[in-house]
Amino acid sequence: MTATNGHRPAEQAGAGTAGAAQDTRKVNRVVIRFAGDSGDGMQLTGDRFTSEAAAFGNDLATLPNYPAEIRAPAGTLPGVSSFQLHFADYDILTPGDRPDVLVAMNPAALKANIADLPRGGTLVINTDEFTKRNLKKVGYETSPLETYELEPYVVHEVAMAELTKGALAETGLSRKEAERAKNMFALGLLSWMYSRPTEGTEQFLREKFAKKPQLAEANVLAFRAGWNYGETTESFAVSYEVAPATLPQGTYRQITGNQALAYGLVAAGQRSELPVFLGSYPITPASDVLHEMAKHKNFGVTTFQAEDEIAGIGAALGASFGGSLGVTTTSGPGLALKSETIGLAVALELPLLICDIQRGGPSTGMPTKTEQADLLQALYGRNGESPVPVLAPRSPADCFEVALEAARIALTYRTPVVLLSDGATANGSEPWLIPEVDQLPDLRVSFATEPNAPDGSGEFWPYLRDPETLARDWAIPGTPGTEHRVGGLEKADGKGNISYDPDNHDTMVRLRQSKVDGVSVPDLAVDDPSGQARVLVLGWGSPYGPIGAACRRLRSNGHAIAQAHLRYLNPMPANLGEILHAYDRVVVPEMNLGQLAMLLRSRYLVDAQSYTKVAGLPFQAEELENVLTDIVQGVEA
Amino acid sequence: MTTDLGLPALGGLDNVPTTDEQQKAKDYKSDQEVRWCPGCGDYVVLNTIQAFLPELGLKRENLVFVSGIGCSSRFPYYMNTYGMHSIHGRAPTIATGLATTRPDLSVWVVTGDGDALSIGGNHLIHALRRNVNLKILLFNNRIYGLTKGQYSPTSDQGMVTKSTPVGSLDTPFNPVSLALGAEASFVGRALDSDRKGLTEVLTAAAQHRGSAVVEIYQNCPIFNDGAFDVLKDSDDKQRRLIPLTHGQPITFGPDDERYGVVRDGQGQLQVAKLDEVGEDDIVVHDAEAVDTAQAFALSRLGGQDLNPTVTGIFRAAPRPTYDDQARAQTRQAAEANPPDLQGLLTGNDTWTI
Repeated sequence: MTATNGHRPAEQAGAGTAGAAQDTRKVNRVVIRFAGDSGDGMQLTGDRFTSEAAAFGNDLATLPNYPAEIRAPAGTLPGVSSFQLHFADYDILTPGDRPDVLVAMNPAALKANIADLPRGGTLVINTDEFTKRNLKKVGYETSPLETYELEPYVVHEVAMAELTKGALAETGLSRKEAERAKNMFALGLLSWMYSRPTEGTEQFLREKFAKKPQLAEANVLAFRAGWNYGETTESFAVSYEVAPATLPQGTYRQITGNQALAYGLVAAGQRSELPVFLGSYPITPASDVLHEMAKHKNFGVTTFQAEDEIAGIGAALGASFGGSLGVTTTSGPGLALKSETIGLAVALELPLLICDIQRGGPSTGMPTKTEQADLLQALYGRNGESPVPVLAPRSPADCFEVALEAARIALTYRTPVVLLSDGATANGSEPWLIPEVDQLPDLRVSFATEPNAPDGSGEFWPYLRDPETLARDWAIPGTPGTEHRVGGLEKADGKGNISYDPDNHDTMVRLRQSKVDGVSVPDLAVDDPSGQARVLVLGWGSPYGPIGAACRRLRSNGHAIAQAHLRYLNPMPANLGEILHAYDRVVVPEMNLGQLAMLLRSRYLVDAQSYTKVAGLPFQAEELENVLTDIVQGVEA
Repeated sequence: MTTDLGLPALGGLDNVPTTDEQQKAKDYKSDQEVRWCPGCGDYVVLNTIQAFLPELGLKRENLVFVSGIGCSSRFPYYMNTYGMHSIHGRAPTIATGLATTRPDLSVWVVTGDGDALSIGGNHLIHALRRNVNLKILLFNNRIYGLTKGQYSPTSDQGMVTKSTPVGSLDTPFNPVSLALGAEASFVGRALDSDRKGLTEVLTAAAQHRGSAVVEIYQNCPIFNDGAFDVLKDSDDKQRRLIPLTHGQPITFGPDDERYGVVRDGQGQLQVAKLDEVGEDDIVVHDAEAVDTAQAFALSRLGGQDLNPTVTGIFRAAPRPTYDDQARAQTRQAAEANPPDLQGLLTGNDTWTI
């Protein structure tokens, strides 16, 4: 049942056109999903294909999806790991809803992913794993390769393990070791199918296995064997080309969200000329930020793996007290543990960055899955009136800029700031237009260096504020004449001594709130090319991609729709109320049960309509397209 | 395996700037009215510390006191230095971040038996094992005072308090044993009322490079009055208090009734009458021993009943500190690979459009 000519054009109308060469077709966009056992190296395979696409100049977006278990039982459904990659010759916004091509390394991968493959999609199957035993593990009575089950698809059956072992026969590796390179065979085959450059991967493999040249050579051989298999077997008569994308001019690299966040933190240290201190406790999906930061000690970065989440933020706050840029990174459960210290930072009025890489909750929830249900926790999850600015990146590369913005706010206003990323943003990747360092914001601060008491007493008043920003003076230990004590007990306005005075408490509560309310935030921009939209879709965080893709589809179908996306969740942009009231309908898609929608309804008295999904996976552009189309048609009717 | 970062051996205050100016105790008093209960042991400790700090000759602005929550944690407000009154149990974490980033500061943690051993137990043991250069003053009054009289992790088993009307069930911690078990490089114990002894231990703690914990027996006149009276009674105390001096045989007692610490047949430490054992049998105190076995045995010599009670410096055995090594790693990284932000952002794998 191997087909030879069936690659369906991508979902978008007119995506497929015949190419110049008889056996190569041009397509605009392709979504590939590599799926296998968590021991099969699917994340590495996906990563490499991503690098090839990036090197070729395609726009791209990725979505890794892996189990929380380090090694779930081999061949079982919980052990399936996948990596989806969307690449195109134009700027794309999402990792793609459904794959055009599914690579299934075993029966479990097939079973777990086949429902997502549209009819006519391409299926590349490693037949060697389709043994009776493996089939039984996932509940296949008969092999789907022998039934009509896969008839709707274009199926390529490839004995990847055997072919890999054959190719590596001369290397001296055992058959078992040789078989482990089959993911590189798959990568080679797909690289041929999509006319990808190969030098980068070969170089990468040689560097990765530099200490084990035999393994490096084996992986390169497997990779080449896969490529040659595509070129020489008749079953793959057609290959495809996705031309480079026309993105804004400049130099690009590929970057993941967590990497961009770490770079943003390093850059914030350099631009503020402050040492960066990261106090952190390992937690999925935030640990990669700690790992990345630990590599950059040469930038004056200190990373401290603490005994727990509380110690991580405590040490960061201690470093801030001493004049460093204190940072802590975590996920939802860790944010819960840090809440008391965030409250202390609110009272101390010291700069502090708290990066929450959100994951499925409540409790331990789904550590490797994405969600954005910590918004209310970030805003309100503390005792007392405890306002903090909150920002959220909308995509992997956006993490860089948001980290710098969060640092600007923390340093300017002497306040803890929460940055809400999420699992999809953190592990996803996309091309990043590399910024020029001298164009990055200047974040330098000035410390108080002498007594400031307005009464001329020669005292230092720690809670004396800048009249414009309401930020208090920041004097660091080691400075003579500004010795002072801060603490979590309520402080007297100005002088900073302990105060139980009722009016003073009321004043301080309002001052802290005013300070955060007064954080300068750019106006919200609305994207409505028609200028005629009556429906606004407003999002925050990682749904930016699918919302944007859905809006494009609506517009190409002749509907007017406006899109706006909040980076600043607290304070919100000053023009937000005006924008919300300018539309007949406001729709808010969120991966929670409507947290932002609730805030908008209460603050702006707007009948915001919530669309929610809390499945641990990003929205699909298609589902949002359907939802928004219904709403727009309802308004138009 | 240890990482040799080629660091010189330093004293606890070696990077802290000093002053030639003559300092007095009152220089260290802030303008805030001290508000502990009348008769609280905290007053004595505060006065002792304010009196001893001038001897260190440090610039006042380079001292920082960080506290948690509890009666003793009000301490920083009364010191005319930098200070932070933080949250319950977390002072060691804040002090760790501060000490790691600021080698020019002398960082002190003020904590109590509830703050350090109950809610903050985890942070205490990890600060000690890391050996961060900070000094931890553990005010032990064996009771929760600020919350008005519940039993603490050092209260006697069976103690009747508001939360244990028919007696507490918990086995108490021995803070010195705990600290030694947590790899502390410096452990001392002193009595609030013993100004001389406390000053000696504090001075040694300040000079020690690394985490130093000093347990201070402190009387709470309201909720646990007299808990340490047996150590203050002029008659009793001589038979109970065993002061430690490094390198000296461990002996104590009134002139006419001398005792010594000896090893019994099983190798356990015991108190014996001096005239019943030979001088050679008296155990010699070695605070610098790498092996903590003897220091630990000394910490177990007296029980919760304070009979006897070993005081002084149990252990002062320097080893590389976390903060010195962390700074060395950062410094060496920068020397080997000078920071180039543009290079970092650009990376090795780019394409141009």
